[in-house]
Amino acid sequence: MTHASMETSSRPARGAAPFLDVRGLTVQFPTDDGVASAVNGVDFSIERGSILGIVGESGSGKSVTSQALMGLLKGTSAKVGGQALFDGVDLVALSEAEMRRLRGQRIGMIFQDPLSALHPLYTVGRQIAEAYTVHHRATRAQARKAAVDMLGRVGIPNPEQRFDEYPHQFSGGMRQRAMIAMALICEPELLIADEPTTALDVTVQAQILDLMLELQAETQSALILITHDLGVVAEVCENVLVMYGGQCVEAGPVDEIFYRTQHPYTLGLLSSMPTLGGRQERLTPIPGQPPSLLDLPSGCLFSDRCPAASLVPDRRCRTERPLLVTEGGHSRRCHLPIDQLATLPASR
Amino acid sequence: MTRFILKRLASLVLLLAAVSFITFTLFQLGPSDPAAASCGQECTPERVAEARVALGMDKPFLVQYLQYLSGFFSARTIGAPGAESICVWPCLGKSFQTNENVTDIIARSLPYTLSIASGALVLWTVVGVGLGLVAAIKKGRLADKAIVAGASVGVSLPIPVTGLFLLIVFVNQFHLLPFTSNAVVVPWGPAGPGSWIVNYLLPWVALAVLFSASYIRVTRTSMIETFSEDFMRTARAKGLAPRTVVFRHGVRAGITPVVTMLGMDIGLLLGGAVLTEQIFSVPGLGFTAVRAAVAGDLPVTMAITMLAAFFVITANVVVDIAYAAIDPRVRLS
Repeated sequence: MTHASMETSSRPARGAAPFLDVRGLTVQFPTDDGVASAVNGVDFSIERGSILGIVGESGSGKSVTSQALMGLLKGTSAKVGGQALFDGVDLVALSEAEMRRLRGQRIGMIFQDPLSALHPLYTVGRQIAEAYTVHHRATRAQARKAAVDMLGRVGIPNPEQRFDEYPHQFSGGMRQRAMIAMALICEPELLIADEPTTALDVTVQAQILDLMLELQAETQSALILITHDLGVVAEVCENVLVMYGGQCVEAGPVDEIFYRTQHPYTLGLLSSMPTLGGRQERLTPIPGQPPSLLDLPSGCLFSDRCPAASLVPDRRCRTERPLLVTEGGHSRRCHLPIDQLATLPASR
Repeated sequence: MTRFILKRLASLVLLLAAVSFITFTLFQLGPSDPAAASCGQECTPERVAEARVALGMDKPFLVQYLQYLSGFFSARTIGAPGAESICVWPCLGKSFQTNENVTDIIARSLPYTLSIASGALVLWTVVGVGLGLVAAIKKGRLADKAIVAGASVGVSLPIPVTGLFLLIVFVNQFHLLPFTSNAVVVPWGPAGPGSWIVNYLLPWVALAVLFSASYIRVTRTSMIETFSEDFMRTARAKGLAPRTVVFRHGVRAGITPVVTMLGMDIGLLLGGAVLTEQIFSVPGLGFTAVRAAVAGDLPVTMAITMLAAFFVITANVVVDIAYAAIDPRVRLS
């Protein structure tokens, strides 16, 4: 078995196709220095009403994965391969025009930095109303009403008045609320949030996260939460996908990943994360750099930085790329037998 | 906003005063002697002295300058005692060469310059912004490379070369267009707008070749930068059509540098397209200014210099106001 099937208890009848089923997704960018392989075969699936967290360092391919799903790489020089079945329709194979009908309508996206993601020269209300009118026949007044209602739903006070204000007149948290209003105004069935709280003050992060969860529960949409914040993942996600070098290195239900970690990279991520009220121990960074996407190693992509690489005989980690193996709903991509993980210095 | 405009207008007046004083001073320091020039071939020192009195150049420098300024507020008399003539308000002096009111000379030359400037700027804005946008959208492809190459050629062609080339090809060789006639001044004249366009088409093209090139480059750079902005990705993520993404979201945000450039260029060009007017023998402000400067005709040179300064400074103010109209961040802070 070469891909992760992340079955959750909410999954409907056995054998029914998942709501979103991504298989062997690849993304390559031609550059002046050669081909950059940003995503190298990612598999996951998600059901309606559930939340999947995708974690990884910057450059691990998590944002590119989301852009590929949104079809935002269509019409660029990027090459997208594999399959992404969304309610039975392959998003990778769709034309730009077909994809456009899904974008905003059935698949919504929330971006990282709301200040740069909102157009600086149009009022916030107009931008939200625009997202509505693209997919609905509506008069100006109807679109305005829909947008004002939505602004109210995301917790913006005086929505009628704030409709006519510009993004620079909003605070960071309010801007992200407006972004969420824009992404949700057409009630999409799949919502992709790309680091939605990273650009915000810590105090605001929790509010925004709560708001997203509340609206997600209300609409029963599927939510893909892309983040590098493991704390957020632990708090809200049902399933987690850990990415490294454009590959899924470990995936499974959130408790499995956090309490029965099976991959040296995930172990490294966990021990580089500060814990509140935990013992006063030093944070342990993962030494080294992620591999160059222009020249990926032929063996395991993590082998250069992996403490386990020397424990596996015959230099297998250097020469042979491990396959993703799933056992009991928990997938891992590693040559090191699970029982030897405890001998690693980074393990807890 | 009103306060902002009033402040800019006040600085406009101060700047014009400074420009007039500097021009006046430079003329006094310069080597030309209008009195000697005006008395012709058989000149005696007595006749030069008489001419100097007639031109008002016998008085101290500051008195001359203040007399000149008084003409902005009321009519004044000009000439030697006993042979004075009235210079009606607004008085910019009388030409040393022809004794004509400078105001009349300006009023005669300005429409030619306006004709050249207006058509040329419409042409180069449409061509420059249009091609720049196409190049940005087709970045890296053949169309982009062709447009960028064309712009490099255009920007390196001086007006005399383009102008003469156009004249030789379209007027001399193929007789497709007439040589610019000074009888056609305004589009609503008796000859009609059609012949106005035909008459000024060649000067427009000559200027547009030069100016479009820089508009192409500025538009292309600015649009490419704008296309990579996060809000463009947001616009696509809403499911907007590519046309809407490019025009409503992209052009609106990326056009600001073009507006700045356009304002400056309009200001410059209204002061007279010196080379273009020379090549096509159009007696506009630039043409008149060159002739006046060569002849040491202070009042005419002064007037055109100040008018050019006025246009440039006004254009600056207009650009600032346009900024506020385009960008709420300027307007609301």
